[in-house]
Amino acid sequence: MEPLIMQTKNPDLQVSIGSLALQNPVMTASGTFGYGREFEDFVNLRRLGAVVVKGISLEPRAGNPPPRIVETACGMLNAIGLENTGVDRFISDKMPYLAALGVPVIVNILGDSVDEYRQIAERLAGVAGIGAIEVNISCPNVKKGGVAFGTDPQMAAAVTAAVKGQCQVPVIVKLSPNVTDVTVVARAVEEAGADAVSLINTLIGMAIDLRSRRPRLANVIGGLSGPAIKPVALRMVYQVARVVRIPVIGIGGIATAEDAMEFMLAGASAVQVGTANFINPGACDDVIDGIAAYVTEQQMGSVRELIGALRVA
Amino acid sequence: MSQFQQKVELVCSDRMTEDVVRLTFNAPTIAVHARPGQFVMVQTSPGKDPLLRRPFSIHQVTSEGYLQILFKVLGKGTDLLAQVRAGEQVSLLGPLGNGFTLGLPETACLIGGGMGIAPLLFLATRFLQQSSSDNVAKKMPTVILGARNRTELEPLVDDFQELGIDVLAATDDGSFGYHGLVTDVLKKLNLSPSAGIYCCGPRPMMAAIAHLCQIENRACQVSVETVMACGMGACLGCAVPLKAGGYTHVCSDGPIFEAEKLLWSL
Repeated sequence: MEPLIMQTKNPDLQVSIGSLALQNPVMTASGTFGYGREFEDFVNLRRLGAVVVKGISLEPRAGNPPPRIVETACGMLNAIGLENTGVDRFISDKMPYLAALGVPVIVNILGDSVDEYRQIAERLAGVAGIGAIEVNISCPNVKKGGVAFGTDPQMAAAVTAAVKGQCQVPVIVKLSPNVTDVTVVARAVEEAGADAVSLINTLIGMAIDLRSRRPRLANVIGGLSGPAIKPVALRMVYQVARVVRIPVIGIGGIATAEDAMEFMLAGASAVQVGTANFINPGACDDVIDGIAAYVTEQQMGSVRELIGALRVA
Repeated sequence: MSQFQQKVELVCSDRMTEDVVRLTFNAPTIAVHARPGQFVMVQTSPGKDPLLRRPFSIHQVTSEGYLQILFKVLGKGTDLLAQVRAGEQVSLLGPLGNGFTLGLPETACLIGGGMGIAPLLFLATRFLQQSSSDNVAKKMPTVILGARNRTELEPLVDDFQELGIDVLAATDDGSFGYHGLVTDVLKKLNLSPSAGIYCCGPRPMMAAIAHLCQIENRACQVSVETVMACGMGACLGCAVPLKAGGYTHVCSDGPIFEAEKLLWSL
């Protein structure tokens, strides 16, 4: 007698970012997950689609003076100042643990000049366990008067090309939302060779303490993240996904599987969970579980059916 | 590391004064792993505003698995927490941070100001447990506690006296104990040179005590409070400056620091 076929098959959650295959579309957002190990008690690191680590610069950076963060309505502002260990200590101290996890590690990189980006990418080339490089172009270009790379299509393209020239692994460019038209920069980096784009980085904002009449951040301005920015992020992902051929990774206020799948409908092939990790360090597990349940419940062949499947009349 | 994210039951909520609240949770897993000076991150409501958890030092743990926090209602988050009722579930993350390094009880001087008294009760309890296991006459730490007035201070002093510890009390308005600052009480004490300070309170108080200890070349551990988003070393939002330059992180390197390592002149 034929045994009954039970619904025991795991749903197909695999997605790919260029040549990089992911077991599911859920990654961590840079700067919200440390170097991964901080979360080992709270989340199953081996189950993640990818671990995106804190942004790495050529030299170690101490970061900004405090206060560095302030809570705002349904969100938070941060001006951490890109504190990190620098690329060499990242490779020697952090990568061995990360590489042993068996999930792709995506290294977020940042610099003050095109050449600095190039040099970091050069040092990371060939390091075992690195699945992709994510280029943070929201940093100021010191050689061009401090204008953020990400706000100028030509500078963004130059950084992309410089990093791409050093990398065997896919290069993801993380776009800044602090521009008039995000699609212009998206197309510029695609043309310069980017394998994917991720968006959005934080929206620049500020908060003021009326009593002291001072800004709440020592840096005066900072980056807004959390649920407050989700509608803006969804809109930008939707716009970019319509004009580029490379995969788009959605970021911005994602805390649940529902949030994640909305980004996929808008055109994202994968997503990053950011600020939610601070409140619920097990957030990524919850998002993966929720997506798996949805795919099963809807009897979908694959989670990929969601990508760009938004119904616009 | 042994850190946990758990939904736990609020066993009781005590209004100590109009705006000071003590919450008791049934949190055996976190309680059994907790050391004095460590903290928990508490979700004040399940919604998105306020978004972030709030850090609270662990006020007391019991062998039955209860864990207490003590706080003053200062804003939206603490106001929501004060309204949680017994039987309701609250999400805790912890125990987090390093905790105090314990010396000998007879050479310990605990100094707390305001809500900074919270972690010192747990610390005092641990000192007494340590001394009773020494199988000799119970050795008591010296305890100095200060607050604005009698209403705020007296119930907290009572907690220590129940343990059999005499407390040197000081209030800003003179309504209970010494009229003045805990630092004045400390100066008059003639503390043995080998006694170490364990201190938690408002920044000016800790700065003054750190300064005094530096002059006397006395060991001093302080419990530092800052805003923080994650409590576990990920956001790097809780940086405080070091005397030697650069920053340290309250959540993962602290919240307990040797006072001499920190930059106090801000």
